[in-house]
Amino acid sequence: MNKLSDTLGRFGGVNLLPVALAAIAFVLIGAPSSWVTLTIAGLSMGMMVFLMASGLSLVFGLMDVLNFGHSAFISFGAFVAASVLAALGGWLDGDNIMLASAALGLALLAAIAFGLAAGLFFETVIIRPVYRDHLRQILITMGALIVSEQIILAIWGGTPMTVPRPAFLHGAWIIGDVSIEIYRVFAFGLGLAVFIGLMVLLNRTRVGLLIRAGVENREMVEALGFKIDRLFIGVFMLGSALAALGGAMWAGYETLITPALGGEMMIVVFIVVIIGGLGSIEGTLLGAIIVGLTANYIGYLAPKLALASNMILMMAILMWRPSGLRPAVK
Amino acid sequence: MKDTFGALAIKTTMLVIAALLLFAPFLFQDVRALEVAARICIFIVLVASYDLLIGYTGIVSFAHTMFFGFGAYGTAIALKQMGPGWDAVAFGTGAGVLLSLVVAAAIGLISLRVKAIFFAMITLATASVVLVLASQLSQITGGEDGITYRVPELFKPTTKLLVDENGQVLRWFGVKLNGKLAAYYFVFLTSMVLFFLMLRITASPLGTVLKAIRENEARAEAVGYRVVAYRTFVFCLSAVVASLAGSVYAVWLKYTGPETTLSFSIMIDILLMVVIGGMGTMWGAVVGAVLMVMAQYYLRDLMGAAAEAMAGIPLLPEFLDPDRWLFWLGIIFILLVYFFPKGIVGTLMTKGARR
Amino acid sequence: MTLLSVRDMKTDIGQYAVLHGVSFDVNEGGVFVLLGRNGAGKTTTLRSIMGLWKPSPGSVTFQGEEISGMATADIARKNIAYVPENMGIFGGLTIEENLVLATAKGKFDQTRLSRIYDLFPALEKFWTKQAWSLSGGQKQMLAVARAIVEPRALILIDEPTKGLAPSIVAAMGEAFREIAQSTTILLVEQNFNFARSLGRDMAVIDDGRVVHQGAMADFAADAELQGRLLGLSA
Repeated sequence: MNKLSDTLGRFGGVNLLPVALAAIAFVLIGAPSSWVTLTIAGLSMGMMVFLMASGLSLVFGLMDVLNFGHSAFISFGAFVAASVLAALGGWLDGDNIMLASAALGLALLAAIAFGLAAGLFFETVIIRPVYRDHLRQILITMGALIVSEQIILAIWGGTPMTVPRPAFLHGAWIIGDVSIEIYRVFAFGLGLAVFIGLMVLLNRTRVGLLIRAGVENREMVEALGFKIDRLFIGVFMLGSALAALGGAMWAGYETLITPALGGEMMIVVFIVVIIGGLGSIEGTLLGAIIVGLTANYIGYLAPKLALASNMILMMAILMWRPSGLRPAVK
Repeated sequence: MKDTFGALAIKTTMLVIAALLLFAPFLFQDVRALEVAARICIFIVLVASYDLLIGYTGIVSFAHTMFFGFGAYGTAIALKQMGPGWDAVAFGTGAGVLLSLVVAAAIGLISLRVKAIFFAMITLATASVVLVLASQLSQITGGEDGITYRVPELFKPTTKLLVDENGQVLRWFGVKLNGKLAAYYFVFLTSMVLFFLMLRITASPLGTVLKAIRENEARAEAVGYRVVAYRTFVFCLSAVVASLAGSVYAVWLKYTGPETTLSFSIMIDILLMVVIGGMGTMWGAVVGAVLMVMAQYYLRDLMGAAAEAMAGIPLLPEFLDPDRWLFWLGIIFILLVYFFPKGIVGTLMTKGARR
Repeated sequence: MTLLSVRDMKTDIGQYAVLHGVSFDVNEGGVFVLLGRNGAGKTTTLRSIMGLWKPSPGSVTFQGEEISGMATADIARKNIAYVPENMGIFGGLTIEENLVLATAKGKFDQTRLSRIYDLFPALEKFWTKQAWSLSGGQKQMLAVARAIVEPRALILIDEPTKGLAPSIVAAMGEAFREIAQSTTILLVEQNFNFARSLGRDMAVIDDGRVVHQGAMADFAADAELQGRLLGLSA
């Protein structure tokens, strides 16, 4: 038994879970073409959820702050991007790929810019006064979430909003009898790029070194002469921007969004960071991929169980590893 | 200890509120006022049971409405399936309590041993899943529309508790002694019993232990209290009481749906009430519930009027729309947590007591 | 020449008053040892100097400048290094990364680095290993190395010998002697024999107050005083 787990550990340990999941699903689903479609859908959903969850996880790891208002960034990102796309509708309809890409780029940038600004405001006004006080933190960020959701309702109204997509992201590639939606590939690619960027930032730069050190021992980082507060503002803004970007991508994926989007995604995000282990980027990615795959496989195999499946998954993993699959070293 | 001015003020307020609720059917003789009074009674219990958790153990749960809903749906489904009898009420209430107990114990044992902050996230996730399940399983729960059903004979408005010589329902001080009145006093009495039960618990040795844990978890653990066991126990207790409150509410409303019991906005209401009133005081639940329920029923009308008055100005009317009232509550909530974390009752109690 | 002067430092932790007015002076150069029983307030004194607890009122002057009330990071930038009781190393980071973080500009001064290798050869050997995999003694070496990777005016070290094997304690003593030739060390220590061999000046803290300050040689010779202040039997 020990030997088995050693061997498993050498090949990546818990990182193999998504592979195992995909293998089991392959057997259960039977039809390879459906399996490929579902796997790609799961991976791309996982990547979008990863964007939304990474900031929450990093902020918690670094500052022991759990922001229940995180989903506000997701919603705002979705609506800001959708509004930009709607305003630039003319650029999207034509055949000019450059213009369409520019519109998409502007929409994503607008979401990111909004996330940065909102993150700065949130950190300094809402969260700064309640560092180290979990009870009030939860209450205050929850209050901020209520207010943010109401602002969204007041500005964009309660009716669903259609999100236009650039023409070149419409449709699907057909390879044999497998159909691959282009937008999903795009979402996956973008998420992967952000993940790699984050890994480079964390592992190859001095700021990243500081963040990793700060996650472990805040006081010692200060005692070495670094102002952790500034670092935290930076990380918080980055996390908010990523959440907004994730929301924007999700808006394009769903194509029809309501103000409830943030709240719905928040549950998934929470499940992801709990499964993955708070404070670690790799853990968050792992959790997001697992959740994305499970949601799609179960959605196909047993649609009625789709929602409960994430819950059951979370409970099972928590019983197995109470701190999640890959928690940050503390 | 001699009562401070603040404590005295609170006691007086409590007596006044109790008296008003006791005589509510006679003092305010319209249908809406009775609705408000009944809702206040039930929310006092609901908020007090939440205060037991947040105020006496310092852990935040977002699943309180879920337990409230378990009780309400249990009773509602039983009344619908078994017909309007007391057996159905008892069976449904029991089933709700049992379900609440099992779920609370499971959540508590899984998440409370890790980190208090996990607990908040997991309760939120669980409650959301239950909310969606309730609207999906429409054969049993009636989905988004909820369930309407009949309640035991005694509580029907047409039931005559006492009749005069003509066979007409008897009136006292102009109030008909009918089933509606019986239903109100059923709500009032069960709420009072539950509330005082909880009050008794906080004054018992258990309450002392809980306060010790809240003040200094590590020390309480070191002294030998099993913190996780105590917290799980309190979580289960508060879940059971919430479930009972849900059952009472289901009987009173004759309707149960996601909006009246499970929805997240009720969870927010509970949070607001407990923070406004004051965490960890029990009496705060009473103050918070009274203020919030009154505001819900009467303040919205005011906002509507204000929105109409501002009709010419851009965006401002949007925020004054009665539907946006959560916006203002949210802001009040944040300010309260910043500046008066002890709430009304907590702040009053410490006034003068510090010296 | 007085390097660090602590005057009437009072520190509360939560609702408990831990320091009731600590005063002592550390002269430049050599090792200054802070002695005292468990719970006397030694660690709190170091943490208060570093600004990790906020002392009030009182004053802490370093090189003539008032540093109490400053942020921890600003105090550290006065060239004060801190080696906490739990060593405060970053377990998920490699030894190299732990040390790089302590450099001012992200680059090593090669002469200082080779001096560290000489003092603690184990660190060179495990250079790219994650710090959590080190032994207790090696972790302590890393913590001390981190404090001397840049030139420092003062190094605060909290109970470096706690739980270490005698051979490692001896090596640590050698290292401190060598380090103290170019800087000042403020050492909190329970191990009196270790402290006696290193210290030039010393102070004893008891119940949140300094009850004795003087030369280590005098204190070491006075068994009666030791017994009274530290509870040591002669």
